[in-house]
Amino acid sequence: MELYQIHLGNFNGPLDLLLHLIKKNEMDIYDIPIAAITAQYLEILDTMQTLNLDVAGEFLLMAASLVHVKSRMLLPKIVEEDAEEEDEDPRAELVRRLLEYQKYKDAAGELESRPKLNQDVFNRFEPEPEVYENTDGGFAEVSLFDLLSALKDVFSQGPEPAFHDVDVEHLSVTDRINVILDRLRGEQSLIFSDLFAEQFNRQDVIVTFLAMLELVRMRMIRFMQNKRFGTIWLMPSVEVTPEEMEVGDDSLGYS
Amino acid sequence: MVTPDLVPLVEALVFAADRPLKAVQIAEIVEVEESAVYAVLETLCAQCDTQGRGVFLQEVAGGYQFRTRPEFAESLRKLGRQRPFRFSRAALETLAIVAYRQPITRPEIEYLRGVDSGSVIKTLMEKHLVRILGKKDVPGKPMIYGTTPEFLELFGLADLASLPTLQEFSDLVDDEGSISPESAVDENIVTKSDVSDARESEQHPEESGE
Repeated sequence: MELYQIHLGNFNGPLDLLLHLIKKNEMDIYDIPIAAITAQYLEILDTMQTLNLDVAGEFLLMAASLVHVKSRMLLPKIVEEDAEEEDEDPRAELVRRLLEYQKYKDAAGELESRPKLNQDVFNRFEPEPEVYENTDGGFAEVSLFDLLSALKDVFSQGPEPAFHDVDVEHLSVTDRINVILDRLRGEQSLIFSDLFAEQFNRQDVIVTFLAMLELVRMRMIRFMQNKRFGTIWLMPSVEVTPEEMEVGDDSLGYS
Repeated sequence: MVTPDLVPLVEALVFAADRPLKAVQIAEIVEVEESAVYAVLETLCAQCDTQGRGVFLQEVAGGYQFRTRPEFAESLRKLGRQRPFRFSRAALETLAIVAYRQPITRPEIEYLRGVDSGSVIKTLMEKHLVRILGKKDVPGKPMIYGTTPEFLELFGLADLASLPTLQEFSDLVDDEGSISPESAVDENIVTKSDVSDARESEQHPEESGE
């Protein structure tokens, strides 16, 4: 048996892996030797586990179905006398799925090979505004009024606590900025109102809002809207590396 | 009949529009029949091709737009307009499935791909390539997904019908040399669920031949 060069973890799921094995072995897709392919499939799963790769549940499910198919093929067929139609090959379902999957895999390749806008072909219009101040068009920048009405919405959302709690709490804009940056790090965008979730305290809201404004002033985020009165999104305005994203007290006028 | 002076006018309109400009819109602006606009667009398109211009007129997302020729891509990228649009294979696969099979639910996508696709769908939605079309009227009311006009613009497609036809068996069957490219093209119509029907009827002779 030849040695397989398989890039583990490179497979988009069990169907992809099975197709790969079928091609590699030059098997006839309509007559898949289930025992042989199952053995190879399990071998790869083993390797993945040895390498501590996370074997997703889907791969195990497929292994189970393969074994199931094999067991059905081993069972003697019950031939009914008047049954005109033959029992479907236990592999038929798998074959259908594989062919179907192959089709979309090809279609994906087809899409990939097309000239893509702003990569291979360019149109005249710049869809996303630059980081400069007064850019207009495309993804609209949020106006001051939109921002204020959004803030008003936040204020009207949560009920003010009924009791009066005298508590000296130091809310720091700097801290809040870092919180926002932290949240932004894993994401491409955040929804404005999500940042106010569970902040019913007026001071909390104000500090968060100030933190956002600071970030905009420092050109680290932008408020964007893709339609008028639509959701307000916070987006990083430039690709910022984590090191650059640290903000110290002294870089602001606040303490 | 193409009125000659309409050609530069339409050219100017398409050039200045910030989105792909629809023929209806042009017809309204210049106050001629829509059919006349198509004739003008055709002339314009031919002019771009024959005169060796750097741009070509492309029908995208139901409208018309000038785009730079792909062979100049390398130089144009130096303008710094390029968006780092890296597609993972998973994303492309999912996008293809949504494009060809829409309206489609997430479980249907996952059945076709054999893997969980939630995060991929989310990413595609964030990139405005896939959108929620509504909810399917079956128990659980799953969301149904489809592609956006941005999807068409990104891949330079006039509409969904102009998606390339799905190849049936590709290399898996090519070894046996049974499918000629012409027949594969004719048999498949790329709209929605027709695809699977076409495939099944075609697949049968092969299966029963074993």
